[in-house]
Amino acid sequence: MAKAYTPGLTVSSRVRYRARRLLPLTGRITVKLGDRVKATDVVAQTDLEGDITPMKMSNLLSCAPRDVPGLLLKPVGSAIARDEPIAQSKGIFGMMKVTVKATAAGTIESASDSTGMVMIRGAAQPVQVRAFTCGRVVDILGNEGVVVENDVSLIQGIFGIGGEAYGPIAVACARPDERLEASCIRPEHAGCILVGGARMTIDAIRRAIDVGVAAIVSGGIDDADLKALLGHDLGVAITGSERVGLTLVVTEGFGDIAMAARTHTLLTSHAGHPASVNGATQIRAGVMRPEIVIPLADEATGEVQAGGGATAGELSIGTPVRVIRDPWFGALGTVAALPEQPAVLDSGSKARVLEVALADGQRVTVPRANVELIAG
Amino acid sequence: MQKDPSRIKVVVATDCGSTTTKAILIECVDGVYRQTHRAEAPTTVEAPFADVTLGVSNSVTELQELSGRRLVNDDGTILRRTSPDAADGCDVYISTSSAGGGLQMMVAGVVKEMTAESAKRAALGAGAIVMDTIASNDRRRPHEQVQRIRELRPDMVLISGGTDGGDTKKVTELAELIAPAKPRPRFGGEYSLPIIFAGNRDARPAIERTFASGGFDLKVVDNLRPTLEREHLGPARETIHDVFLEHVMAHAPGYDRLIAWADAPIMPTPGAVGDILQAIAKGRGINVVGVDIGGATTDVFSVFDGSFNRTVSANLGMSYSISNVCAEAGMDNVLRWVHLDMDERELRNRVKNKMIRPTTIPQTHEALVFEQAVSREALRLAYVQHKAFATELKGVQQQRTVGDAFSQSEGGRSLVSGMKLDLLVASGGVLSHAPRMEQTAAMLIDAFEPEGFTELAKDSIFMMPHLGVLATVHERAAMEVFERDCLIMLGTCIAPAGTAVAGKPVMRWSAQWDGGSAEGTLMAQEMKLLRIGDRAQVEVTPERGFDVGAGPGVAVKREVRGGSVGLILDGRGRSLAVPSGAEGRRLVAAWAKALELHPD
Repeated sequence: MAKAYTPGLTVSSRVRYRARRLLPLTGRITVKLGDRVKATDVVAQTDLEGDITPMKMSNLLSCAPRDVPGLLLKPVGSAIARDEPIAQSKGIFGMMKVTVKATAAGTIESASDSTGMVMIRGAAQPVQVRAFTCGRVVDILGNEGVVVENDVSLIQGIFGIGGEAYGPIAVACARPDERLEASCIRPEHAGCILVGGARMTIDAIRRAIDVGVAAIVSGGIDDADLKALLGHDLGVAITGSERVGLTLVVTEGFGDIAMAARTHTLLTSHAGHPASVNGATQIRAGVMRPEIVIPLADEATGEVQAGGGATAGELSIGTPVRVIRDPWFGALGTVAALPEQPAVLDSGSKARVLEVALADGQRVTVPRANVELIAG
Repeated sequence: MQKDPSRIKVVVATDCGSTTTKAILIECVDGVYRQTHRAEAPTTVEAPFADVTLGVSNSVTELQELSGRRLVNDDGTILRRTSPDAADGCDVYISTSSAGGGLQMMVAGVVKEMTAESAKRAALGAGAIVMDTIASNDRRRPHEQVQRIRELRPDMVLISGGTDGGDTKKVTELAELIAPAKPRPRFGGEYSLPIIFAGNRDARPAIERTFASGGFDLKVVDNLRPTLEREHLGPARETIHDVFLEHVMAHAPGYDRLIAWADAPIMPTPGAVGDILQAIAKGRGINVVGVDIGGATTDVFSVFDGSFNRTVSANLGMSYSISNVCAEAGMDNVLRWVHLDMDERELRNRVKNKMIRPTTIPQTHEALVFEQAVSREALRLAYVQHKAFATELKGVQQQRTVGDAFSQSEGGRSLVSGMKLDLLVASGGVLSHAPRMEQTAAMLIDAFEPEGFTELAKDSIFMMPHLGVLATVHERAAMEVFERDCLIMLGTCIAPAGTAVAGKPVMRWSAQWDGGSAEGTLMAQEMKLLRIGDRAQVEVTPERGFDVGAGPGVAVKREVRGGSVGLILDGRGRSLAVPSGAEGRRLVAAWAKALELHPD
């Protein structure tokens, strides 16, 4: 037995899910331990310090920096409106005074006598964190956030764009190998999390944006379509902040590739159920994959089950795997043999390999690094 | 306390990377220091382990199993020798670290091309990733700069600006932008953000007042640009290392214990690589370029005429950033290195699939050819960035004579010269793990375009970081291991600089080596490989308009080093131009055949 190098993505019909909902900095928790919450309930909020607007006051007043604090019309710490006079020069014999207006609204934070710079701090910006999934608050993390727990069906995608989205699940493609075309999308899909099949086309995505679909989950996407949607070529897979009008989750990869049948079956079995989706992906240390979370009840019940994140599993004979690199990219099968000794690949490199019995009956040799476990 | 070097016979060194902790054992065998064993284990800095020393113990335990020498105590700590004859334990334990994203800094200076650039050089030289450089003239408006500062989460900030005795206002203004922006450190609110001030000494009181409010830990050091004509990076660099140990490392899980275990300060990995390359360049009196291409970034180090520079090209890498390489270089530039027919749409999807599944490896010959094509462009772009950064000091007043009027050059000329380069060292997966050494050599030549005579080598197992720290406790041991075990010599490239015209000769050459000799004329666009063993005597006579180091058309006779590849004669001229389309594919295929890059 050997450790799989690439952990599989979780596709689980029932799992105890714990959503850690954290503020970017300390703030106020708006729920109590044990509270039942809905996915869109605000559980924590804080105020981010407002933006700073610097004003080169000594230049504007044509005075020495050391004179600036004395020329302010309001003391440091006072509130100031945009275009309100903030400082005035002494003029010549009290005449020809120059008045400077504030370029931003906020509070006068400082006035430097060495550089003549005045800083205006804008109004604080509220930041709210929602529960993401319905469930019960099982932990309060100081002043930084909470943990919400529930039993859910959990599907991790391989890649996504866009942030958190909520809505009922609607099925647009009845089969996992059916391409998601614009014709599959109907007006009643507005506000839904739409389940596709194989590749989602750019026309389908544009139609979904027009209709007001909250999120699309499908097997693949073409790189050219993603580029057309974003308006630029995505250089690194750190996403989540895109504002394209909806959230996208790809379950398998780039190109014409069908959604794994198991994933499609699980999603379609929840048609009509409310779900939460997050397209945020970060493929670096501390990897983060997009998720589709479908609560099974209002709160967790019954026994605690293994949970949540993807973990490195054991590769053994019979383990279901997916090949994740050409020449058999996307093929599903089971481990047929695990040779101990490294083998020479067609590329000429030497690597540890395994043999996979593919679903179509072929038996192929693949580097261990090029498979992922598909058991959820 | 520093150990007496003469009593150091057994050394354990680790490098704690983001994913893997690599351990090596160095022993004095028959009076010569050699790297005898290596081992690795997953790095344990992140949850659920959250203690870097577990990974260190695991890797050293594997080293112990491989070497048969007991190196780890029952409690997981590193075992020391109790006497010079003891069979177990080591004399010195040292380590480098880039785990947890390495050292991330923001730097600021008054003038972008002068003090800000010097500050960036100091930070990069210390092994940091520079997240952004803020300067008074960086074309961003003050509120945009403040916004940017607020978005960053650096481990520390380096501020420079003003020459000693000069204007204090500009650098104080810079500090006044940074202080209220309150950049939040990566390690959370409890951590006071270290600010290193290395600017005009007259501005120190104002800077101290500006950062007096809570949340900052201000360190004041000597000005890194005391005059426009002089850069003085040492004190700033040393303070960056100190702060890295005191603050950054102390907040990373388990590092307090690791610091206590180690017999020398723990260095950021790239800082240690820079140190060993500088030591080699100084010891051999040569100019060196080193490159380390990773999954996310590419580091380039250079030492030319004693001047050291390092750049980190963020988002030029072979897995996490492979898509960015293709976007920045353009797919046409990538595909010019491919001699096989490939479908571009299919390739674009493959690139993205590699990005989202970065640990996969090429299985087919076609996939390997494509990945090596991408690597050529990643290396080329990283080197272009490096050459633009490694320059003479800008803003220096130059005295010119009448003669200079005909050869005036701008200030800030690049220190990096293809012709002056003596040794090019490669490391990083795509270069180190290429199935054939010839492929590594070809990638280096195509990307770096060395001119004249250049030795090519690769770091066998990325041992340079370990040796960088070892050099601080035992320089001779570090040098011996570097020469004998760290570097694998690939060979020498002779590339006449000049414009190659198809069908015309570039140079005449002859070579004699142990057991063989050959001679001939190298034609434009021709590549030739000679298997010369360890060394050969060569004589080359470039054609008019071509230069191999002694001047256009001037012959050179000298000894060259061979290696696992041999002597490569490159008649493609400089700068290298690969025609597009079928003609380009034909040429690339011919070069691949000449260098025996692929099996028949």
